[in-house]
Amino acid sequence: MSQLPPGFDLLTDDRDSAVLLLTGDWVQGQTHRDFQVLKDDLCCLTAPELVVDGSGLGRWDSILMAFLLQSYNQCQEDNIRFTTRNLPEGVEQLLEVATTVPTHVPPASSGPPWYRALYPGHLARELLKTGTGSLEFLGELAIALGRLAMGRANTRFSDFRQFCYQAGPDAFAIISLTSVLVGMILAYLGAVQLQQLGAEIYVADLVVIGMLREMGVLMAAIVMAGRTGAAYAAQLGTMQGNEEIDAISTMGISPIEFLVVPRLLALVVMMPLLTLYANLLGIIGGGIVAGGLGITPLMYISEGESALSLQHLVVGLVKSVVFGLLIAVAGCHSGINSGRSSAAVGQAATEAVVTAIVYLIVADAAINIICQQLDI
Amino acid sequence: MSDPHIQVRNLTMAYGSLVIQRDLNFDINRGDIFVIMGGSGCGKSTLLKHMLGLLQPREGDILYNNESFFHASEKQQGRMRQCWGITYQSGGLFSAMTLAENVNLPLQLYTSYSATDRADIIAYKLALVGLAGYQDYYPSEVSGGMRKRAALARAIALEPEILFFDEPSAGLDPISSRLLDELIEQLQESTGATVVMVTHELPSIFGIATNSVYLDASSKTMIAYGDPKHLRDHSDQPVVRQFLAREASSPREEQV
Repeated sequence: MSQLPPGFDLLTDDRDSAVLLLTGDWVQGQTHRDFQVLKDDLCCLTAPELVVDGSGLGRWDSILMAFLLQSYNQCQEDNIRFTTRNLPEGVEQLLEVATTVPTHVPPASSGPPWYRALYPGHLARELLKTGTGSLEFLGELAIALGRLAMGRANTRFSDFRQFCYQAGPDAFAIISLTSVLVGMILAYLGAVQLQQLGAEIYVADLVVIGMLREMGVLMAAIVMAGRTGAAYAAQLGTMQGNEEIDAISTMGISPIEFLVVPRLLALVVMMPLLTLYANLLGIIGGGIVAGGLGITPLMYISEGESALSLQHLVVGLVKSVVFGLLIAVAGCHSGINSGRSSAAVGQAATEAVVTAIVYLIVADAAINIICQQLDI
Repeated sequence: MSDPHIQVRNLTMAYGSLVIQRDLNFDINRGDIFVIMGGSGCGKSTLLKHMLGLLQPREGDILYNNESFFHASEKQQGRMRQCWGITYQSGGLFSAMTLAENVNLPLQLYTSYSATDRADIIAYKLALVGLAGYQDYYPSEVSGGMRKRAALARAIALEPEILFFDEPSAGLDPISSRLLDELIEQLQESTGATVVMVTHELPSIFGIATNSVYLDASSKTMIAYGDPKHLRDHSDQPVVRQFLAREASSPREEQV
């Protein structure tokens, strides 16, 4: 089908009104003259009325309607009467529908300048706000745990059991893989150095002490931060979006007691168990590498046994409890404070993982320094 | 009058072994405002999901312009879908985009308009649904009724031949709901599109529907088809008459 290019002409009528003559096919794929041209012409216009004449109009779609609506709005602005003639019925109807509701003028927002974020005062205020927010959360959490200890908290045991399952048995596969590999890496790392001194046998000591005190718990915690911490943030963020948290609050139940406490306890209970499991698998992984270096399983076990002490195990387990607490706090805090849109839930999950990992590393360093000072 | 735009043929819908509705056969004519009605849980939304190709039928087929949807290639299905505009129950607007960006997305993907033309068209589409000037608002910043209308603006962005609505007036006050119905009717009249809606709002059904089908939950099939005003007075099924006259629930429905 041949198409005529769309066009418009502004003519002056014999009866003192301006006529906007539309011609051609106003459809997608045709280039039309800019609305700005008409706008400039309308500005110089003194006529009290603009008549839109569609007698030369061919086919049309939304682009014609968009053009007409702009002309209409411009006429309203300049106090020119807007009338139409010979327009297709559909155009008339759509124009009527589109102009029924007046244009909403958004309130002028004199937003702060972009560099406001760099003002020291602003920075300090933001930091203070985040700080007080976190403190408030921790305070509410402490109160909730206190109420739980007195048996007055609205925490459901069935929730706790379910979260335990999610944070424990469900995580076995991934924890197994990472722990065995970390054990092997530790053994390789030590073997290369120890071989130079002919002291390969001490690989067993390195792996046992390294896994128990440091690597077992840290790797388990990092996996759990990515797995469970992010899940907590996403769950609570979605609940925030679905108004579930509002519903819980209005039932007179503290969302901290009902949602955060079971998650937190589950992670605190499961982390030491996962750590024990990770330690065991890490030591087995180290044994595999040691076997490759010519150390028999029996030698590995007896050397490892001599390095094994309750002290190392307890340091690792204490860390695991602290790490579980930190991961759960980071995840739940981000989730509870999440916005209500899908983007905000994603942001909460990211924030949960990043904060948790920072907390973990800082806490790990702090515990190690304390242990060193106390000669543990 | 018989110019079938959409034909549903021997459609049986099921989730696993649970059959929702069986042997559905009806036509939707071009330019109809067609209502799918029935009690809660009878499979209205499931039928809509089948019509949209979101679920595969257990048996049967749906034809658009005499062309089978479920036997078409993926490319043809994509082409058919471009002629549809869909408004979901809770709007389905992208929450991370402004209203203008929401309407812009289909225009950007499927049309050759320049950016300035698109901006003009967005302004026009939003004006059509009474949201002129709300371009830069996010869905979370406007009311529920406005979100529904914004979703409608996105649905009509590509000038669809068929408009689908899932419970358009659910959660709206009577006035907003009436205004939305009027808007749907006006848009239908001026664009000539076929409108398919799932609803159980009687004012909407009697106000704008020209044809309808009633899905029954207990017999798991359609038991009435035709103009709802006619069905209210002359249907041979007591359940349908009761539904449309808003009488107390029938003993048959109580059994479900």
